[in-house]
Amino acid sequence: MRTSMRFCLLGLCASVLALGSGEQASAQSLGDHTYTSDAIEAGSRVYVADCALCHERGGAGVDGVNLRLGRFSRPLSDEDLRDVVTTGFAGGRMPAFTLSEAELNGIVAYIRAGFDPSGVAVKVGDAARGRAVFQGKGDCASCHRVFGQGPHGAPDLSEIGAIRTPATLQRTLLDPASSLRPIDRPVRIVTRDGETITGRRLNEDTYSVQLIDSNQRLRSLLKADLREFEVSTTPTMQPTTLTAEEVADVIGYLLSLQGVR
Amino acid sequence: MKIRNAASLLVLGLMLMPVRTEAQVTYDRILASADEPENWLTYNGTYSSQRYSQLDQIDRGNVDELEMRWMLQNQVFGAWQSNPIVVDGIMYITQRPNDVMAVDAVTGRVFWVYEHENDEAARVCCGANNRGVAILGDKLFMGTLDAHVVAIDATNGQPLWDIEIGDPSLGYSVTMAPLVVKDKVLVGVGGGEYGIRGFVAAYDADTGEEVWKTYTIPAPGEPGHETWDDDDWEHGGAPIWITGSYDAELDLTYWGVGNPGPDWNAAQRPGDNLYSDAVIALDPDTGELRWYFQFTPNDGYDYDSVQVPVLADIEWEGEDRQVMMWANRNGYFYVLDRATGEFLLGEPFVKVNWSSGLDENGRPIPTPQPEGEPTYPGNQGGTNWYPPSYSPRTGLFYFAAWEDYATVYGPQESVYLPGRMFLGGGFSVLTPTPGAPTISIGRSDPINDWTDVVGHGTVIAMDPLTGEAAWKFDQFDVSDSGMLTTESDLLFTGGREGHFHALDARNGELLWKASLGAQIVMAPITYMVDGTQYVAVISGHTMVTFALRD
Repeated sequence: MRTSMRFCLLGLCASVLALGSGEQASAQSLGDHTYTSDAIEAGSRVYVADCALCHERGGAGVDGVNLRLGRFSRPLSDEDLRDVVTTGFAGGRMPAFTLSEAELNGIVAYIRAGFDPSGVAVKVGDAARGRAVFQGKGDCASCHRVFGQGPHGAPDLSEIGAIRTPATLQRTLLDPASSLRPIDRPVRIVTRDGETITGRRLNEDTYSVQLIDSNQRLRSLLKADLREFEVSTTPTMQPTTLTAEEVADVIGYLLSLQGVR
Repeated sequence: MKIRNAASLLVLGLMLMPVRTEAQVTYDRILASADEPENWLTYNGTYSSQRYSQLDQIDRGNVDELEMRWMLQNQVFGAWQSNPIVVDGIMYITQRPNDVMAVDAVTGRVFWVYEHENDEAARVCCGANNRGVAILGDKLFMGTLDAHVVAIDATNGQPLWDIEIGDPSLGYSVTMAPLVVKDKVLVGVGGGEYGIRGFVAAYDADTGEEVWKTYTIPAPGEPGHETWDDDDWEHGGAPIWITGSYDAELDLTYWGVGNPGPDWNAAQRPGDNLYSDAVIALDPDTGELRWYFQFTPNDGYDYDSVQVPVLADIEWEGEDRQVMMWANRNGYFYVLDRATGEFLLGEPFVKVNWSSGLDENGRPIPTPQPEGEPTYPGNQGGTNWYPPSYSPRTGLFYFAAWEDYATVYGPQESVYLPGRMFLGGGFSVLTPTPGAPTISIGRSDPINDWTDVVGHGTVIAMDPLTGEAAWKFDQFDVSDSGMLTTESDLLFTGGREGHFHALDARNGELLWKASLGAQIVMAPITYMVDGTQYVAVISGHTMVTFALRD
């Protein structure tokens, strides 16, 4: 069993890899979900002229803020970012800037691209609207758990905003398979007793596998006791059908999930 | 008999005290160490480095009756790569960064601890590792992270001499266990990621005085210097950080040499870059180079050849032949004639795509991959420094291999700055999804979140006559564990999962296992005290010693 499974996994591994590299190209062309390369380029010029004096070229010149890594004193949507730039912040320590719409758009794009002119600048929407989509139309909460609410089937997202970038979150929403970590792959098991178990893998070694099953129980099974053991590269999550604006809002909500502090 | 006073007690004590001749580990004892399998006198057990023990009390029939006898918990965090030696019931083991402990091999209780305080300038690329001590007479010898060699009184742990053999502020360090040959202590230096110029040197065991020093990169005017361009040789790396082997009949020591620097930008140092990624045969009295064989010329993949040279006399095409077996980090398994360095056999043991094969002299035919494409095997190699074993009974060579593991290299121009890393770019491990967890140098988390799709381990039992695996034992995680075989056809090994396995050395059947809970990154050893055979292994921060149930 072991040999055939590995063989199968490797075959899938190769195909996912190909998908992964192709996906990145498609993300670039996901017009509505991202800013254009021209906007990012324009933003880089605005940044050097108006922002780098305080924030420095690397984006980390102000305590508690790292613009390049998208770390702010509080989670900010793109609209919030624009507000901060145009109205100022922190009692005037961050002054208000008068910029054209194109310049404003560019500076947000440049920040969202992680200061990488050839990067992807993901749009980040409103967290409150995103929360509503997450719990309603998006049907995310039927699998994902946040701050103790919801089922355990899919990974807990309580601190997802602290460990994932906007680009990764967007990629996950649009193409879940391209973001599925190998350890999280769904498993389907049939024991020697005939019990069929499905769930999400938590850990595995040569002799055993640990998972959370569809009944939300932690299970540890010895491979020697299994009749079938399949690991799928296809996540249970489907590519989203939400609009670009809704996706941006969900990303805004996910970025606001910073764990228990 | 009544003891009347302290003086009588002293006299009685002297009368009862055994003459500690057995504690004197003479050169002759080390030479014949295979004949006293109750001891483990060198890093690799014997000069031939077979890690094969004649002990057979634990056998295939009773191995499932092994029970834990004692544990020794290290208080220092980090990978514990040390290999103990055992001399007449006393175990000598190092712990990070450079402590030596003398331990009762029956109870695990500690007699003394020697602590070497490292210079603040000490720097190592890949962890504060030390792999053990050597012994001669009543002295222990240890290399240190700040590139010292220290001689220590084996009875009380006091230092006897302490010499600096390289400048730690330039990245010179010692992580290997020294090799004692005759009256000398042979040591190589690490620092291949810092632009050192590697060497192996011999020091007088009594005084620490340097007897000879042989650089692994030839100076201007020396043969092989032409394989370096301009002044690249001055910072070309080629470290030696794993203990070598010795053939007394040929009077040759053998050393595996590490990567050239900068690591990943081969174009920056055109030429074969001798003697990086080679095995060199040195005269133990003079350090003179007798022969070399280079596995990976102009290496751009960090394929250090710091594997343990394993020596055996085997029948080769109808003739008795003195050979050396070598599973290399570059993914090929080699058999060489150890008298001459002649290439006898070379076969890939994992997927290899940096080369399409070896020519009749064993030189690889390079097939560098396009930019952004994965190279097999990946940066940690098809295998690495993990000590292999050879069993004369089965005729098989056992080692830990990493399969399905690849790396995407990103070479860049590097400028040498003294004491700074000199890497020539970087690399990323191939993963099925962008940003997914990847295999790192060690395991610091009990969750295997990279899973076997990023790479997994297998124990390969290699038939040296064919270059093909007689059998394999797959593991889900990768393994940095060495091997131990015994006369009773047992093979002991571990891995990053913390499982300690006993396999049938003949066919790979799993006979017994124990889950020790953390990575095993050393090679198990075996020894005997008072008629009981022990097997010792380190998992995580704990040494665990097993013996059969009474």
